[in-house]
Amino acid sequence: MKVVITSSSQTLAEPIDMHFGRAKYFILADTETGHATAHDNAQNLHAAQGAGIQSAETVAKLGAEAVITGSVGPKAFRALQAAGVKIALVESACPGTEALRRFKDGELPVLDSPNSEGHWV
Amino acid sequence: MSSSPSIAIASGKGGTGKTTVAVHLAAWLAGRGHEIQYLDCDVEEPNGHLFLKPEIKAAEPAAIPVPVVDMNRCTACGKCAAVCEFNAIAMLKKPMVFPELCHGCGACTLVCPVDAIREEPRDIGTVETGLAGPIRFAQGRLNVGEPMSPPLIRAVKIRRDPAAIALFDSPPGTSCPVIATVRAADFIVLVTEPSPFGLHDLTLAVETFRPMGLPFGVVVNRADPADERVQDFCRQQEIPVLAELPDDRRVAETYARGELLFDRLPEWRDRMAALWARIEERL
Ligand code: SF4
Ligand code: SF4
Repeated sequence: MKVVITSSSQTLAEPIDMHFGRAKYFILADTETGHATAHDNAQNLHAAQGAGIQSAETVAKLGAEAVITGSVGPKAFRALQAAGVKIALVESACPGTEALRRFKDGELPVLDSPNSEGHWV
Repeated sequence: MSSSPSIAIASGKGGTGKTTVAVHLAAWLAGRGHEIQYLDCDVEEPNGHLFLKPEIKAAEPAAIPVPVVDMNRCTACGKCAAVCEFNAIAMLKKPMVFPELCHGCGACTLVCPVDAIREEPRDIGTVETGLAGPIRFAQGRLNVGEPMSPPLIRAVKIRRDPAAIALFDSPPGTSCPVIATVRAADFIVLVTEPSPFGLHDLTLAVETFRPMGLPFGVVVNRADPADERVQDFCRQQEIPVLAELPDDRRVAETYARGELLFDRLPEWRDRMAALWARIEERL
């Protein structure tokens, strides 16, 4: 299964970025093979509005079935739901590798409603 | 000049006395027999009406046309999402529209190759028009929680009649709604106050307005002879100081009662006369 981990850098060794729409990088990881590739989210990061929505679009285009992050705003939530992408939450900015392991072990709660105000309109 | 001038009254931040200046200038000009339009573009918090007390004669809804996609026709080509510069459409399996982000520009409807998009109005607020004595009055009222104010501001501004002197009461700050207000004004009056915050926000406002090439000047409200930083800044930047309105407890008291100052503080007539003279020589 392919999942996206929001990250402040290009490797899974570094901590997760806790804000979905404003994450610097999306790391696409394969839970079976462990293979991971980093995708720059800079373009969406600096969007005047709709960063979360465009980020959701990027995640959907990468073919991910789930995203692991810290918080998701209401619009991004709606977009991810429409795209059928599950949202798994970490409570603190742990390294990406740890988040991925916990996700595989089914330890991460799956978000069923937005958990951030999304102050960037 | 073929038409009467339009003047935007703006401020780098809220609470500087922008509306005080705007309503008194309007009332003074009207008292001199000028035909005046007061257009309150501070649509999130219009309060010129508290002082001018207009009789509202009409209220019209303002809406923006937002796209609705007919999923049966849509081929999921993604062109609508790609053309939207406001990120209001996400291309998931099918396009998904976020109406609250849509500016109603119509680009997506135009670009759709199979005419799958139609437009539906989304109400964002109301434009109220009426008369405040001789002053022709209009104001926008943005719906609560509505983020999209520029289209409503434009709906207020199209009430402008070139035969009258127009005063646009701008929202505070330097963001899109402010730009929508001051655009195409003949002159901007920037109201500020002598505090470090006032100076900071004035600096931002100057940085915003200067590249637009619009002439502007500064009114220092609650001027304090002991703090001339704003005036020094204006001198350095070669920005005209149009008026310095002294701090006076009676101004705040009268303001709190929603009254104009002219009865209690007749010197405000002379102040507005002097301010208008300084604006006029720059038009
Ligand atoms: S009308 Fe303009 S702003 Fe609205 S969704 Fe279409 S392209 Fe985007
Ligand atoms: S442009 Fe038209 S056909 Fe293409 S995705 Fe958008 S709505 Fe569908």
